[in-house]
Amino acid sequence: MLEMRGITKRFPGVLANHRVDFTVNAGEVHTLLGENGAGKSTLMKILYGLYQADEGEIFLSGERVEIHSPTDAIAHNIGMIHQHFMLVETLTVAENVALGLPSNRGLRTDLDAVSERIEELAGRYGLAIDPGAVVWQLAVGQRQRVEIIKALYRDAQLLILDEPTAVLTPQEVDQLFVTLRQMTDDGRGLIFISHKLHEVLALSDRITVLRQGTITGQVPVEGATRESLALMMVGRQVKLAPDKPPVEIGEVALEIRGLSVMGDRGDKAVRGLNLEVHAGEILGIAGVSGNGQREMAQAIAGLRQATAGSIRIGGVETTNHTPADVRKNGLAYVTEGRLRDGAIADFSVSENILLIDHTDKRYLKRGLLDFKAIKEHSLRLVDEYAVKTPTIDTPAKNLSGGNIQKMILAREMSGTPTVLVASQPTRGVDIGAAEYIHKRLVQQRAENTAIMMISEDLDEVFALSDRIAVIYEGQIIGIVDRQTATREQIGLMMAGVRPE
Amino acid sequence: MAQAETNRRSRPKFVAYLVPLGAVVLALAIGAIMLSLLGANPVEGFRAMLDGAFGSGDALIETALKATPLLFVGVGITIAFRANVINIGGEGQMVAGALLATALALALPDLPAVVMLPTVLLAGIVGGAAWGAVPGALKAYYNVNEILSTIMLNVVAVQLMNFLLRGPMIDPGELERGTRIPQTARLQEGADLPLLFGNGRLHIGPLIAVLAAVAAYILLWRTPLGFRVRAVGLSPDAARYAGIPVKRTIVLAMTMSGAMSGLAGAVLVFGSESHRMVTDGSTVGFTGSAGFNGIVAALFGGLHPIWTIPASFMFGGLLVGGIALQRAVQVPSALIMALNGLVVVFVVASDRWKKRLQEQPARVDDTATDGPVLEAVVDDGGGGP
Repeated sequence: MLEMRGITKRFPGVLANHRVDFTVNAGEVHTLLGENGAGKSTLMKILYGLYQADEGEIFLSGERVEIHSPTDAIAHNIGMIHQHFMLVETLTVAENVALGLPSNRGLRTDLDAVSERIEELAGRYGLAIDPGAVVWQLAVGQRQRVEIIKALYRDAQLLILDEPTAVLTPQEVDQLFVTLRQMTDDGRGLIFISHKLHEVLALSDRITVLRQGTITGQVPVEGATRESLALMMVGRQVKLAPDKPPVEIGEVALEIRGLSVMGDRGDKAVRGLNLEVHAGEILGIAGVSGNGQREMAQAIAGLRQATAGSIRIGGVETTNHTPADVRKNGLAYVTEGRLRDGAIADFSVSENILLIDHTDKRYLKRGLLDFKAIKEHSLRLVDEYAVKTPTIDTPAKNLSGGNIQKMILAREMSGTPTVLVASQPTRGVDIGAAEYIHKRLVQQRAENTAIMMISEDLDEVFALSDRIAVIYEGQIIGIVDRQTATREQIGLMMAGVRPE
Repeated sequence: MAQAETNRRSRPKFVAYLVPLGAVVLALAIGAIMLSLLGANPVEGFRAMLDGAFGSGDALIETALKATPLLFVGVGITIAFRANVINIGGEGQMVAGALLATALALALPDLPAVVMLPTVLLAGIVGGAAWGAVPGALKAYYNVNEILSTIMLNVVAVQLMNFLLRGPMIDPGELERGTRIPQTARLQEGADLPLLFGNGRLHIGPLIAVLAAVAAYILLWRTPLGFRVRAVGLSPDAARYAGIPVKRTIVLAMTMSGAMSGLAGAVLVFGSESHRMVTDGSTVGFTGSAGFNGIVAALFGGLHPIWTIPASFMFGGLLVGGIALQRAVQVPSALIMALNGLVVVFVVASDRWKKRLQEQPARVDDTATDGPVLEAVVDDGGGGP
């Protein structure tokens, strides 16, 4: 039904898409796979009319079409489910669906008819939703259903799904896939964009891999493996799970007792949480985002007030101490916001590395910063952690996400911390850098650091953890040993089902 | 598109520094139109202006003296701006510094000259620092907008000045004669700023200002404190996370910024020809608007203490030359104020353009990235492998 032929899109200095051919048949799921910057989003934005291709043609049902805007795209029955939902939170489901569409009753809205149609669609595709519900009250999974219904309501025959599983629990993902399959059974075509290789293998009929704007592989799902796909994405063999030599588990290095923390909106984000992390282990924290992970990590780092409970690092009480004091007690913290609080975009690599120990005597000479010592230190870390940067004086913002993350990791680990809290250490990072970061985390574990790794990516949690703790509504709902854990078990806990 | 910006052809850095210069030229061009409309010859006017500002030794001295408070204030502004605090309170801080320094000079008339001068200059620093620390603390701890609080403290300072100079600090001679001009007695000679070439008008004020600019440069780029100030200014979140006391750093930056203005106030008093502090009831009467013009000088200098030195000198020349222009072509003094105003508006507005030019980093070598980072920004928050 769709054929994109020879699509080329240039941005100044970058070839975002180079002669890309891409087709979708009715009734199939065609996956677009590639790393950040590979050109997937550009291609889809061209299809959805957000960008214009420099070269190439688009055919729909054999007819050549020009798509100049999303309005054109919708008129051609193309729908797009964005990763970040495009919903008005204060309106109801029906109002959101009707938004932008002409009413049958002239200037007056016709919401009853809209609601009826929503219920009909919802029934047919198993998308249980109340048309009268106000969007802000809905959970993330439900909001996504609203987005899908919005597209179906506009009679989208070709649907683009941009990382739709990023915010869902494994069970919700399964449910979504059932719905998507029903849609293809009706003869619709789906374009699925994802990073998660096992999901790609579970859902797709065909897979197209992009690397640096060019197609590096177009394969049917039969015969494809995670390794073969990763190879096409990165261009070399990739170890998806690092080798983990056994390490003797040591004493409790991080001890959290009855911790309560407020969220940004004054809600109780963490409620009486208990947790212990031992030296030499990686404790993975699994959970759907927004269940208190960020608040817990910030409380440990002294960045957010704990309203109750205690935190001990290496046996020393650090509850509500200043961030500097907590660091002095051996905490290193890799935040989830690389350029929000992890690093300063306008600071050079060297300055960013200096950030946590600019008062250290080693880098001072008669009260002034000793640039020679700082340079040596930076060069050593950049080299040791394979941070790709032209010079150490390059601003951090000119580095790729993976290299910024490696730079932060290098800085945080340089003091051989007692406890490392790593929040989403590889989110948005290319596979090569992620592989490297995983390797370093495992190395740090061998040096007896207690590592708490918070991740929404279950693959990552399973690949690295020794134990897996699941956080739900600000509490640890269960802890299981990696060896005995199953995805189903973790998924149920992520949804709030307490283990027996 | 981050990449689109990044890979646009890079320009040499100095182009960005030319932007404010272009803004001045544009402002003067509009000034020329205004002059023509008033029936004056703009060429003749501008020649007189240039001559009056830079044309002779005396003119240069006059310009340097005029530039001195601008430079002090401007340097203070660069420190505050680096911490991302906008200090509009230069006027009030100048007055506060001048008042404390004058009060001390009046209170300790018997100090030997060697001790006197450093003491009163230090008093100026302390007075201005206090006047800067208050809005700094209000911002850091109570989230009070510093633009509002500094402007309001300007008003407080001028009232304090009027009260003190009309009452407790007034020259006893004025009371005896019954003239009651609000001014202090002639301050002790030990507090006079030494002259640079024996006689004449050029005192050591400009020299101190240049030293202050160099000191501020060293502070900001060579010391841990300056590093913290810049980190807090660029990203308070990242600074806090790295263990930097953000609130304390903001207060400190404002304190140092105020200290510079306070020093400007003290230099204005002890370098004045009457060697006393006088008020005409307004801040402008004392500061000559240096507290505001210093901000323009700092912007003109790219918020860099060293570049603020020539920028202040140029702006001082504009002020001095304006008077010459007015005399030469016989236009109302309001026009000179309008001309200065134009320069301020153009320079401040051009800052945006300048930033845009500066924000195009040098072309990044391909090795810097693992591939195009085009979507790294668009795809923010995308999942891992």
